[in-house]
Amino acid sequence: MPERIMHEPLDGKKVKKPKAEIHIISDQCKGCGFCIEYCPKKVLEESQEINARGVHPPKIVDESKCIICSFCTAVCPDFAIFVVEKPCKEAC
Amino acid sequence: MVQELPHPFSKYLRSAMMPHIWCSGCGNGIVLNCFVHALDELQLDLDKLVVVSGIGCIGRTAGYTNADSFHTTHGRAIPFATGVKLANPELEVVVISGDGDLFAIGGNHFIHAARRNIGIKVICANNFNYGMTGGQQGPTTPLESITNTTPYGNIEHPFNLVHLAAASGATYVARWTTLHVRRLTQSIKRMLQKEGFCFIEVVSPCPEIFGRQNKMRTGLEMMEWFRRSSVVENFSDPSKAEITSEKIVVGEFVNVTKVSYEKFFHEKLAQINEKAVEW
Amino acid sequence: MTKKRALLSGVHFMNGDIACAEGALAAGCRFFAGYPITPATEIAEHLSRRMPELGGIYIQMEDEIASIAAVIGASYAGLKAMTATSGPGFSLMQENIGLAAMTETPCVIVDIMRGGPSTGQPTLPGQQDVMQAKWGSHGDYATIALSPSSVQEMFNLTIEAFNLAEAYRVPTLLMGDEIVAHMWEKVVVPHASEIKIVNRKKPSASPGKYGPFVPDDDLVPPMACFGEGYRFHATGLTHDEMGYPRTQSSEVQAKLVKRLCEKISRNEDKIVKVEEVMLEDADVAVVAYGIVARAALSAVRKAREAGIKAGLLRLITLWPFPEKPVAKIANQTKAIVVPEMNCGQIVREVQRAAKTTPVSFLSKLGEEPHTPKEIFESIRRNA
Repeated sequence: MPERIMHEPLDGKKVKKPKAEIHIISDQCKGCGFCIEYCPKKVLEESQEINARGVHPPKIVDESKCIICSFCTAVCPDFAIFVVEKPCKEAC
Repeated sequence: MVQELPHPFSKYLRSAMMPHIWCSGCGNGIVLNCFVHALDELQLDLDKLVVVSGIGCIGRTAGYTNADSFHTTHGRAIPFATGVKLANPELEVVVISGDGDLFAIGGNHFIHAARRNIGIKVICANNFNYGMTGGQQGPTTPLESITNTTPYGNIEHPFNLVHLAAASGATYVARWTTLHVRRLTQSIKRMLQKEGFCFIEVVSPCPEIFGRQNKMRTGLEMMEWFRRSSVVENFSDPSKAEITSEKIVVGEFVNVTKVSYEKFFHEKLAQINEKAVEW
Repeated sequence: MTKKRALLSGVHFMNGDIACAEGALAAGCRFFAGYPITPATEIAEHLSRRMPELGGIYIQMEDEIASIAAVIGASYAGLKAMTATSGPGFSLMQENIGLAAMTETPCVIVDIMRGGPSTGQPTLPGQQDVMQAKWGSHGDYATIALSPSSVQEMFNLTIEAFNLAEAYRVPTLLMGDEIVAHMWEKVVVPHASEIKIVNRKKPSASPGKYGPFVPDDDLVPPMACFGEGYRFHATGLTHDEMGYPRTQSSEVQAKLVKRLCEKISRNEDKIVKVEEVMLEDADVAVVAYGIVARAALSAVRKAREAGIKAGLLRLITLWPFPEKPVAKIANQTKAIVVPEMNCGQIVREVQRAAKTTPVSFLSKLGEEPHTPKEIFESIRRNA
């Protein structure tokens, strides 16, 4: 069954949006580029550094734009990137 | 930016075996990711999970999952899993294997397990070739594709795996690509909670080998093919669920209820023993 | 829950296949996966009725390869498991017998030998698969193979096969032949207290510290099963003691393969069984196994009546080959006669063990085993 998508939460103005904390495990990245390409907010781009595997891992362009959709976490074949919500103290 | 936190799924993976051997852009890692994600959402008891795999790149999955696991001979994951499930029906037995392992050498076992409706769950990473051995033709290689053993273009028609699974009697049949990570995870969750033989085909990129020989040299290019061509057609006719360069029909095709083999067997046992007479 | 008994203690009149099936149940086998093939079909048919009575699992798989794969799966899930077949099915099973050896899976495979090769003579006896019992799968590994000569032995040796399989974590083969499988004889099924049952060693280590292939001093690793919380991995690839693939290490390969072979060869003295009849003062010894040993016994008695000092060494264990008993009688006798229903298989091992003592081979192919007269003539020629 198709899932219903809510465009704007009814309490959107009252509730503070969670802040993202993106973790990149550089040396596990194999440079496939899926996280960079498919991030809906274009939060990531290819970095210039070279990791232990000889590829360019992603780097964060603007962590504040991240909506914690976690697509990068789900699509990474190498378990090299994941997003968590910043604990409320730091986020709010 | 902080690096000290371990990956949230690391407890589902055998740290001694990581990082895995799969190529950059290979879909196998995504299949594993979605699988452990589903385990996490279900909070499945890992002590009751058995992962069985066959031979092939995807076959290494059993070694990477932190659960009782077994890596069988080529094509024989399904009958092995059948033995496990029947011996201990409390176990959740999942077969994760490839298109060649499950449908060429293992084809006979697949159709019979589906026919019997043994309660094993099968995830097939379909990358259209035999990747581990270097990229030979397989039973799902598209017509005219170039592989190591079809240098002039494949002249064999590929299987339609969801059609085959549905026709053989599976109670749950779905196909997703590795781009449909969320729907794949939900499908796996659904499958793990269902009785009977369940099958999910995951159309998966093999950029280093199949992709390279067929003008899709990177994982991104293969995923772009999936993005461009996939169309979700839930509960459409699986026999028409084609995979071409223009169209990849994905979705859930079959979701029915049918008594599993092991349940039926135990019902029979109960009947037999009620009528038992002292020898 | 069940009112049926696994052990039908008492005196019965059974055929070999049925005796084998009952032996399996007596040994605690509760999983059978098979495929019909003459002359082993009756084992499957009998178990299809008896297994469910005892709450065990019987399943007819789609082919022999699926059967042996299911048996390995069931064994890893904790049940004693068995399959039964004949020559063509035995050939199909070889790859997975190798898997069972490599993953040290306790299981019993019954091969009721018939005329071969290929489809051969499905309803007639043969002893043509005995070398295959040792060398059938690719690679270096060791199996244990037993040879029953009577219906009673079909019962007894099936229990023995399970005990050996469990003790050594090895696929154990019961090499019957069509005659022993189909003939009807008296079988005495003892009481439970008279039957020795061996179960696989369970791990004493806790889940975090358990390695599925860490051997004890007897070279056999304790075996955890699926669902016990050990979360271990097993693979047909060359692996280390944790079960993880180590396909690039010569050291791991050497250590593993040697242990798989030595697990049996070093424990040979505990495994090998033979029957010695009138060998103390024998000049000529007949070395025989299976149904042929019955005729050989008759021939040896005939020879004694004719004044020839003949004796019989009946091989109950075919593999590991009873080298020491054969070498011993080779030292005591002038000649050895080996009758087999094939073109010369076990005789080669006998020749190897007998060294300089002349070994005479008597081949017989077809529906009848050697007659006692044929063996007697050979004894006389060699006396």
